Amino acid sequence: MDMQVAKKKLSLKEKYKLLTRDLGWDTTYHTKDEVFPYVQYEGIKIHDWDKWEDPFRLTMDSYWKYQAEKERKFYAIIDAHAQNNGHLNITDARYLSALKIFLQAISPGEYAAGKGFARMGREFPGVGTQVACQMQSIDEIRHAQTQIHALSNYNKFYNGFHAFADARDRMWYCTLPRSFFDDALSAGPFEFMIAIGFSFEYVLTNLLFVPFMSGAAYNGDMATVTFGFSAQSDEARHMTLGLECIKFMLEQDPANLPIVQGWIDKWFWRGFRLLGVVGTMMDYMLPKRVMSWREAWNIYGVENGGALFRDLARYGIRPPKGWDDAEKGIDHMSHQFMLALYQYNFGTAFHSWIPSEDEMEWLSKKYPDTFDKYYRPRWAHLSKLKAAGTPFANMGLAKLCQTCQIPTVFTEPDDPTSLCQRETEYKGEKYHFCSDGCQHIFENEPEKYIQAWLPMQQLFQAPINGDLGAWMSWVSLIPGKDNGDFDGSEDERNFAAWRQQATSNQ
Amino acid sequence: MSTVFIALQANEDTRPIIDAIVQDNPAAIVNREPAMVKIDVPGSMTIKRETIEEHIGRAYDLQELQINLITLSGNVDEDEDSFTLRWNS
Repeated sequence: MDMQVAKKKLSLKEKYKLLTRDLGWDTTYHTKDEVFPYVQYEGIKIHDWDKWEDPFRLTMDSYWKYQAEKERKFYAIIDAHAQNNGHLNITDARYLSALKIFLQAISPGEYAAGKGFARMGREFPGVGTQVACQMQSIDEIRHAQTQIHALSNYNKFYNGFHAFADARDRMWYCTLPRSFFDDALSAGPFEFMIAIGFSFEYVLTNLLFVPFMSGAAYNGDMATVTFGFSAQSDEARHMTLGLECIKFMLEQDPANLPIVQGWIDKWFWRGFRLLGVVGTMMDYMLPKRVMSWREAWNIYGVENGGALFRDLARYGIRPPKGWDDAEKGIDHMSHQFMLALYQYNFGTAFHSWIPSEDEMEWLSKKYPDTFDKYYRPRWAHLSKLKAAGTPFANMGLAKLCQTCQIPTVFTEPDDPTSLCQRETEYKGEKYHFCSDGCQHIFENEPEKYIQAWLPMQQLFQAPINGDLGAWMSWVSLIPGKDNGDFDGSEDERNFAAWRQQATSNQ
Repeated sequence: MSTVFIALQANEDTRPIIDAIVQDNPAAIVNREPAMVKIDVPGSMTIKRETIEEHIGRAYDLQELQINLITLSGNVDEDEDSFTLRWNS
């Protein structure tokens, strides 16, 4: 008689091995170098791709199961949000500006990351890496889709959401994230992994998603907190992939260290500049604040970034070159950025405003060394101009940094009263920069950055030829609806009227 | 010593998981923030399947953590019995 032996369940390690490495094969019709042509030229030396392992040991079967569960949760809440007038439950319609920036500037970045990881899943020879990149590619596309779906409900009611794809391509403040992702996508596969997997995901996305999404919850925005946390649950895996990737490169060959360190220096600074806008959203655009940009930086930058770089010190990695300059900028950048957005708000597809007295009190408590001294007087001056019927608009065109593409509005690291401006001459042309960090990045790869598409220069070219009205229709901005001061805007009037209707029988 | 952390959505699924984490990591500091709970532990944190199962009263697959996970910090090591976060410094 046959003995029935219970079939042994595979351990996680065995399952991972079977469903990743065992699916790989060695090519015979073509050499490995022909099949994977891009893994050599950056100079990174890899001796054994099998040393790569995803520490979550996530396999495709489990991946689909858990992602499907996340999607079901997400769409259940998005339906409830739409069915229950969720758009009227937010604390204040000013909050919508943060969502508009998110949709115009950040969601397209998710899509770009999806394209990037699809390519990396093809270009890396290691099977573990291929599978992890493939999952991340699908995640990133999911993030772009869920964000667009969640915010489409706001588009039914409010201005500024309708043309995010045009904004992504043409709007001046959107070229900042766009140039970040284009820079990463046009790099080699290993640099891409440091740019997105390590610098963006590990060092910086906590600052983007965690306190900001917790803030969305605080401001009654069920839709955003849902897509935010749903996306962030994937980010934990992405961060881990980024960290594993960097450890893998450093463990494979000591010659990789200087190359990797150079990329960390570059991409930390590029990411830090990109997050300036997130700091501004946290300090100025959440009517109910959860924590300041400074407090978030202390937790996720100083404490967590510090722990990470202490951990990597065993490989010879040191904190990124711009680390100290970043620290010096933290108490200034959100104020400088919001002041810039306010004075150029005729050209933004979202509203900005002068903070209320109550909000200035909060800012002064959170930024005791800088706000009252440097920034409150400027807001007071702008208030006076507005009260006199002559609100300030800066009709000149901003000088952009050739690298990060932000107008050069930030100050010297050691002197908050003078603007930081740098200049490099290359092949007879002058190029401008906002910081030493951005200047160094340019000087390391000038041939790449002289090709940058800069939105201010574009304004003077065909089809715009310097005409502001033509520019607005080209970027799909509807003047008097999408742009300008929140005070007196259609969004302000509609939100107040609809909320009044929702809470009365009139 | 560097601190590792894990942040989970604040909901009914995670309530017993947080209790289990605190039970297995006596040095844990639990920060309750809007919609999320962030747990900090100096050095390293271990999440055990068995302890979670005691709290929820059913079999649990540690990969289910993915559904309510918001973020984490530290080097990850996961198998079917435990999920560990650790800084090597």
